[in-house]
Amino acid sequence: MSSTVNQINDLTQQEYKWGFITSIDEDRLPPGLNEEIVRAISLKKGEPEFMMEWRLKAYRYWAQLEQKQAEPKWANVKYPPIDYQALSYYSAPKQKKELKSLEEVDPEILDTYAKLGIPLHEQKLLAGVAVDAVFDSVSVATTFKAKLAEAGVIFCSFSEAVKNHPELVKKYLGSVVPVTDNFFAALNSAVFSDGSFVYVPKGVRCPMELSTYFRINAQNTGQFERTLIIADEGASVSYLEGCTAPIRDENQLHAAVVELIAHDNATIKYSTVQNWYPGDKEGKGGIYNFVTKRGKALGKNSKISWTQVETGSAITWKYPSCILQGDNSIGEFYSVALTNNYQQADTGTKMIHIGKNTKSTVVSKGISAGHGQNTYRGMVKILKGATGARNYTQCDSLLIGDKCGAHTFPYIEVKNASARMEHEASTSKIGEDQIFYLQQRGISKEEAVSMIINGFCKAVFKELPMEFAVEAQKLLSISLEGSVG
Amino acid sequence: MSLLEIKNLHASVNGNEILKGIDLTVNPGEVHSIMGPNGSGKSTLAQVLARRESYEVTAGSIMFDGKDLLEMKPEDAACEGLFMAFQYPVEIPGISNAYFLRAALNAVLKYRGQDEMDAIDFLPLLKEKMRLLEMDERFLNRPVNEGFSGGEKKRNEIVQMAVLEPKLAVLDETDSGLDIDALKIVAKGVNAMRNKNRAMVLVTHYQRLLDYIVPDFVHVLVNGRIVKSGGPELALELEEKGYSWTEAEPAGARR
Repeated sequence: MSSTVNQINDLTQQEYKWGFITSIDEDRLPPGLNEEIVRAISLKKGEPEFMMEWRLKAYRYWAQLEQKQAEPKWANVKYPPIDYQALSYYSAPKQKKELKSLEEVDPEILDTYAKLGIPLHEQKLLAGVAVDAVFDSVSVATTFKAKLAEAGVIFCSFSEAVKNHPELVKKYLGSVVPVTDNFFAALNSAVFSDGSFVYVPKGVRCPMELSTYFRINAQNTGQFERTLIIADEGASVSYLEGCTAPIRDENQLHAAVVELIAHDNATIKYSTVQNWYPGDKEGKGGIYNFVTKRGKALGKNSKISWTQVETGSAITWKYPSCILQGDNSIGEFYSVALTNNYQQADTGTKMIHIGKNTKSTVVSKGISAGHGQNTYRGMVKILKGATGARNYTQCDSLLIGDKCGAHTFPYIEVKNASARMEHEASTSKIGEDQIFYLQQRGISKEEAVSMIINGFCKAVFKELPMEFAVEAQKLLSISLEGSVG
Repeated sequence: MSLLEIKNLHASVNGNEILKGIDLTVNPGEVHSIMGPNGSGKSTLAQVLARRESYEVTAGSIMFDGKDLLEMKPEDAACEGLFMAFQYPVEIPGISNAYFLRAALNAVLKYRGQDEMDAIDFLPLLKEKMRLLEMDERFLNRPVNEGFSGGEKKRNEIVQMAVLEPKLAVLDETDSGLDIDALKIVAKGVNAMRNKNRAMVLVTHYQRLLDYIVPDFVHVLVNGRIVKSGGPELALELEEKGYSWTEAEPAGARR
């Protein structure tokens, strides 16, 4: 008995060994960005030489873009200029003030947790309440660790990967999103603090969704996050990032980079639920989420599938894309993006068909409410060698109220005459007659709206891991609360 | 006690007065037919009963089962037992018929403080009602009304009515757009639901429906007023003489 208690104590009092918390000194570098800062970041993290060189290369590219003020301006979003020299690029994740009980947590947040149906112990973790013994999460983490190790899957923080698997990092880092890819990707490459790393070896199906773990650790995601996932030949993995619970962060600018590599016959499924602080009802505050996500379906018969539910952030700039290089490779993008109040989203995908008989599917559902502005921006490119390529794109917008906007910019570029392209698009207003119809059957107005929205998003939700599909539905209802008069 | 009591009802849409003083009493078990030419206010009356917001009641009162209907939200009226079969049933993409109807039934049960039904108990009930309306089981999982033909939509309305078992059913032009075979099926479904506790108001332009659903009372609505009331024979007279006959002598009918 007492040994069990001791074990629990040991488990709960130790640092997460297998986790995303890396020990970083509490200090903070002065604001601004220059080569010295980049070097200092790399030194502080104890990185090998190649990493520092790589960061510096990224920094130099970014610096000349910044000189020319060449931050991308083509997106359909508006925000005041960012003073990049006023930001601080290295600060240890602040230890959140530990609260003694849930009673000290903002009731509004607790209310949201309850509506999402998040279990009590996870609520405590999310809110940063001191927990005596987190039986569930500890056991989950331990079970996870054992199972993954048995299968040979590497799943660790990026910093750990740099230390323990430098050959893999060196080989794959920047192979999908090069440091010169774009302004924000270059910035991320120069200064990223941490992130996660997954390697699934040949022929291994990752024995579980890499999701539950992530959910309870989501509070550790940083301002400049870097994710690298490699599925070797015949491997498969499903990864879920993010969290339906509202996430607040004092850093306004977030610029993450995610790279996926799928070798022959490998499959990577990447799901995102993004609920960063969207700002208040008047549009003050909120996160700028400028993300570069790209997967390379490198091998033949490989498959990369993106699913995203984007409800948070003041500004979203995000185009999870697929480079379909291997013959018969498949790329998918399923997206729900919701903008309410003064949120702006410019999101979509790029499908680059290079290999023969490559196939892509794009399903985008945009919902605009309040003064929200929602833009779908997508590109499907069929290169010369991509004989027999096929694409299906469906792009639907739903408007709630008359002060919001929906915009669609689909680009199609075909250089091989054998390609088959389908594009469907629709824009509709949530109908007063639909709401009334449901009300006349006894369903309340709020439930009616939520039912109509969920029906609209069904094709995307069914791609999400089961438990998240349920939460995502609830999340949409919560995000839209009060938007229908 | 009467189930529905409408007194001096005036209603407007976008500031235009459509209903100009309606009086109508419906008792449990009765079937009333409201007939009238296009634009007479028939559908407005149906929408007002279903509590549609865009229809503003400017004067008068409606009591439903002893309660003030005008105080109720649409969903509360529905939960109190008022059902409207829509003239143009609405499509709800992505939501299956079965899911929608169970959500509706459970909303009603919850309102009444009764136990909600799980999918396992609900499915046989729904299938039984669908058989009554000769609807194929594949409609269970199809999105509500999406891609349904006109006749299928109307039959689907009656399936919903059969599941929700209202005290008062308002059928708004349920016969429009139906061929004769579909009309017979719908009528069979409606007639099967007639009993001493349930009342119905049939809003229709044509007498045709009343060959299959024989009403107890017929009211003729012209220009926002009931100008004539009678038994089922009145419908036949209208069919023969047309609505202009009633319009010619409204003064006499009113006084």
